[in-house]
Amino acid sequence: MPSNSKESWIFVRPVKGRHVEKEAVPLAKKVIHTTINGEAHTHEVEPRMLLIHYIRDIVGLTGSHVGCETSLCGACTVTVNEQAVKSCTMLAVQADGAEITTIEGLAQNGDLHPIQDGFWERHGLQCGFCTPGMIMAAHQLLTRNPNPTEDEIRHGLEGNLCRCTGYQHIVEAVQYAAEKMQG
Amino acid sequence: MIPGSFEYFAPTALDEALSLLQEHGDDAKVLAGGHSLIPTMKLRLAEPAVIIDIGRIGGLKGISESDGKLVIGALTTHHELESSDLVQQKVPLLAQTAAEIGDVQVRNKGTIGGSLAHADPAADWPAAILALDADLQIAGPNGERSVKATDFFQGLYETDLGDDEILTAIHVSIPDANTKGTYLKLHQVASGFALTGVAVVLTKSGDTCQSVAVGITGVSDAPYRASAVESELTGAALDAENIAAAAERSVDGIDALEDIHASQAYRQNLAKVYTRRAIESAAS
Repeated sequence: MPSNSKESWIFVRPVKGRHVEKEAVPLAKKVIHTTINGEAHTHEVEPRMLLIHYIRDIVGLTGSHVGCETSLCGACTVTVNEQAVKSCTMLAVQADGAEITTIEGLAQNGDLHPIQDGFWERHGLQCGFCTPGMIMAAHQLLTRNPNPTEDEIRHGLEGNLCRCTGYQHIVEAVQYAAEKMQG
Repeated sequence: MIPGSFEYFAPTALDEALSLLQEHGDDAKVLAGGHSLIPTMKLRLAEPAVIIDIGRIGGLKGISESDGKLVIGALTTHHELESSDLVQQKVPLLAQTAAEIGDVQVRNKGTIGGSLAHADPAADWPAAILALDADLQIAGPNGERSVKATDFFQGLYETDLGDDEILTAIHVSIPDANTKGTYLKLHQVASGFALTGVAVVLTKSGDTCQSVAVGITGVSDAPYRASAVESELTGAALDAENIAAAAERSVDGIDALEDIHASQAYRQNLAKVYTRRAIESAAS
């Protein structure tokens, strides 16, 4: 490599911040209150716990998936105060006081949400791993833009990766849902 | 991937955050949206002993107009900037730049102040902030100060921000009707970061360039103003030949980065091509 070569892995971006020796005594936990899919929760968590691990391992809602763990794939997407976020890139303590919706919160009284219905009807999945995040991102998109163009759908889902479908059926699933949601 | 252990504080007032920073010094990192800091902590590239989460401090978020300027709170998210009517009307370049960052989820959580303070060499905001000649408002133990964007960025992840200071707001003068801005970027395909990003703010007088500011990110250790391009084009007719000649000077005096995504020569070429296209767009 030439002498002016810099850190070459674009995902690995060092920041200032001193390396510290590990404390012998565990650091204080924090009590957090959240409302997840309409249900109130209170737990004591380590500050370093990521929101996705809180949702899956502490609350026990395993619909949201851990994919890349690097903010790229979107499998962990949930909404926090109605904003879609990658819950692998948020600390649980940051969600203290927040209203969270996960994939489990979309169906009402046993009826699939129109977006879930769209993925069913238009075959918007194959292995299904990306689907919960994909549906939550589509939910954000249709909340902001109830009648998106195909281009807007693709743009709205750019933070979610699917390695099976080639996206075409996912786009069609969202189009189906948009139509259905507008009655 | 799980971050190392840290002590966590979530102050609700700026003064409280500043005292915590004073107390913990360079053991502490400030957490805004977390979309640069949390990934680096998960990779254990940063293991701060103390996290000061400023996300619950009122008054650091939002966009307003005051004295011919847009005042943007440091905690304003990329999405808020992208979708703000005020921003789209007064400084559309900011909305255009915001829309180029990451993806929907990243823009929902990531903040302009966090991005600027982190100073990633491939971040998008620095190009626009430099081209708009913005002022950055900084709070510290001795009160508030203001620093020009051109003095803020100092190197790879290095800024003028002290360990005991917090970036609180960005002030952007609202350009006049003869001034147009453009941000053009080549996305690194996997990460969405800028292999090259060029922001141009250009004021025309008839067909002549009255003034031009060019901010470039992704090319060098630190984002920069392409002053050679600016001086070459100022006062010149805005024809294809002059624009191309000026754009050729976009890496004058710059040591371009080289990595697995782009060689130095390729980045130099990208800077020239994107500068030319951005000027053409702003001049049209």
